[in-house]
Amino acid sequence: MVSSEKTHPYHMVNPSKWPFVGSVAAFVMATGGIWYMHEGPIWGFMLGLVIMLYVMYGWWRDVILEAENGLDHTDVVRHGLRMGMVLFIASEVMFFFAFFWAFFDATIPFLSRTAHEVWPPEGIIPFNTWTLPFLNTLILLTSGATVTYAHHAMMLGDHKRTATGLFWTVALGILFTGTQAYEYGHAAFGFTDGIYSSTFYLATGFHGFHVIVGTIFLIVCYFRVKKGHFTAENHVGFEAAAWYWHFVDVVWLFLFCAIYWWGSAGYVSPT
Amino acid sequence: MANSVEAHHGEHEHHYPGFFTRWFCSTNHKDIGTLYLWVAMIAAIIGGVMSWYIRAELAEPGLQLISNDPEGRQFYNVLVTGHGFIMVFFVVMPAMIGGFGNWFVPLMIGAPDMAFPRMNNISFWLLAAGFILLLIAAFIDGGPGTGWTVYPPLSSADFHPGRAVDFGILSLHVAGASSILGAINFIVTIFNMRAPGMTIHRMPLFVWAMLITAFLLLLALPVLAGGLTMLLTDRNFGTSFFDPGQGGDPVLWQHLFWFFGHPEVYIIILPAFGIISQIVSTFSKKPVFGYLGMAYAMAAIGVVGFVVWAHHMYTVGFDVNTRAYFTAATMVIAVPTGVKIFSWLATMWGGSIRMEVPMMYAVAFIFLFVVGGVTGITLANSSADLVFHDTYYVVAHFHYVMGIAAILGMFAGWYYWIGKMSGRQYPETLSRLQFWLFFIGVNVLFFPQHFSGFAGMPRRIPDYPDAYAPYNYISSIGALITAVGTLLFFVVLWRTYAAGTRVGANPWGEGATTLEWSVDSPAPWHTHEDLPDMAGKAPAE
Repeated sequence: MVSSEKTHPYHMVNPSKWPFVGSVAAFVMATGGIWYMHEGPIWGFMLGLVIMLYVMYGWWRDVILEAENGLDHTDVVRHGLRMGMVLFIASEVMFFFAFFWAFFDATIPFLSRTAHEVWPPEGIIPFNTWTLPFLNTLILLTSGATVTYAHHAMMLGDHKRTATGLFWTVALGILFTGTQAYEYGHAAFGFTDGIYSSTFYLATGFHGFHVIVGTIFLIVCYFRVKKGHFTAENHVGFEAAAWYWHFVDVVWLFLFCAIYWWGSAGYVSPT
Repeated sequence: MANSVEAHHGEHEHHYPGFFTRWFCSTNHKDIGTLYLWVAMIAAIIGGVMSWYIRAELAEPGLQLISNDPEGRQFYNVLVTGHGFIMVFFVVMPAMIGGFGNWFVPLMIGAPDMAFPRMNNISFWLLAAGFILLLIAAFIDGGPGTGWTVYPPLSSADFHPGRAVDFGILSLHVAGASSILGAINFIVTIFNMRAPGMTIHRMPLFVWAMLITAFLLLLALPVLAGGLTMLLTDRNFGTSFFDPGQGGDPVLWQHLFWFFGHPEVYIIILPAFGIISQIVSTFSKKPVFGYLGMAYAMAAIGVVGFVVWAHHMYTVGFDVNTRAYFTAATMVIAVPTGVKIFSWLATMWGGSIRMEVPMMYAVAFIFLFVVGGVTGITLANSSADLVFHDTYYVVAHFHYVMGIAAILGMFAGWYYWIGKMSGRQYPETLSRLQFWLFFIGVNVLFFPQHFSGFAGMPRRIPDYPDAYAPYNYISSIGALITAVGTLLFFVVLWRTYAAGTRVGANPWGEGATTLEWSVDSPAPWHTHEDLPDMAGKAPAE
């Protein structure tokens, strides 16, 4: 159906191969991942990942083309897209909820009979809260400020300042990821050293993965700003990226307060 | 008007894309709904065969079909696990949410399609991928013999070292992603695409049911995903979330699983609530009694459903305060469910009732749900549950309240809407026979399990003492009747498509007031392209 015939504000999407190919990719990743976990090679998983990245590129490329054709993304459709992003973030919050639950289950006797009386458990030397973890908190909070600067500039229609704000947000995001990688490299506890390591690495690791995803999202927005895709009124893609970035920011604050700060407060240095 | 609509639709029927594009690359809510219904029916056959194998094994004491060795007993456990997973994730959810939800939410709110038609399609195909992963799990390395609850340490690498449990975990991950995306789609569709004038408080109750179900999916499934990820890394990458030897806690898994699992049982039953409300209203020729109360009762069930999860785990050693809280909170759910039951009865009261097949199924649903609800009150008491835990009493309870009740809801929905979906009506006599066989079958099957459970028969065990023999024998006869009833359903399906009488837009007449009855039967490929004006209409009209 040609869009100009439409008598309603909704987007009737054309048939697309991406959902089917994406599901094939998920299947290959799952099977390949299990092969790898059971002493097999990793290329099965990698093959699935490559197909998945191809699907993500193609699918989002289609979405951007639809956004730019001036017909499909009406006010109502954009309202729906924003709502969808908020709901997706809500589901992500619940994903992290599970890992916080695991952490508190191990640390608060009221929640669990097997919670540890002493935390960190004996033999674990945690990070000093006020060195790298605090620096990373400052980095991420600053990036929250720069993305808000970009957002305000966007609403004023100032593309130059929007790009500048995004540039510094991406730079701070990469700096955060780098610092986190450095921190992992200098940890005094390994990945398999018991429940402290399990909760620490999976909670911070999944957060780090989300930082990387959010950074890529912002990089895409940076180039879309440069290409003039956004206007002061019409910038759903940027809004979604900014919201996602704030979500990543807030999760970090909880991680910092709970796992890094409160979670290392019980540590008594042997010296 | 009618002529122009006809011509409009006729024009579109020539625009069906080719086979691959139409069924693999679909962005049409009706086609995707049809795909979901087919997958649910295929999965129902597989899950059903597993349950009949279980009942055949349990027909007499001693081991009939499985071999008397660890492999045979593992095979029995795999059947129990597979039956649970398939029925929950690949039959009821796809049929109710993916099938009827996709088909009828846009039709009932007057929208031309779902909010995100392309994402709708990946929801379906991820479900298909998840189903294949689950089937692989069953056939590899002895299969997962963990039950659908996958408790560690049984599900840990020590006791299930093979790939089966990993395939099961990733199957649920993929199916979970499918459901989360579907949930987002339904919520945005319902909030953003209602016809002009259809306020939230004028939506049909089926749409309300889907909205609340979608919120439960959105908030519950990611917690399961987190737990599954921990189980996967515990098994394969050396973490120790659930390993007490390394400071972990196996009870943590039970918390995470049931924090998802309890909302999950409402995810299964709420769509049935919605279907039953539409049907009871239609065939009583009355609007639903207490429309707002019905809607907010479902919302209350959804909210309270998130704070009662530990009643599934009374035996893990909670202190008495915890158990008192979860007992009281669980009992609270009886209030909104009571609102629903009595409102259905009040809708029928003084109504002009027609006992068409969908209505027979709706009344049967109410009966089964009440029976299961009453045993649920018993089980909610932590002191009593310490004795009933893991007995057939629990099996009887949840099969009544969510298993068979949901299946009856599915049948009710199918008979109610098949005219709209296929343009043909079901064969009357055969369908009535199918109803009676199925209804009698499931009651003969599950009612005696209350007694064997009361007497202490444990679940998930292939053998039992002679004392339980009579109940089990009756139960297996019930399974046989149910099997005939199920087979007959597929005959009904075939006769409907092959020789069903053609129906017009509204085969049910006066009582059927919702918008899906205002479009042709079968519903044209595209509907509601001219948005209906609902301003000033009464609720659910």
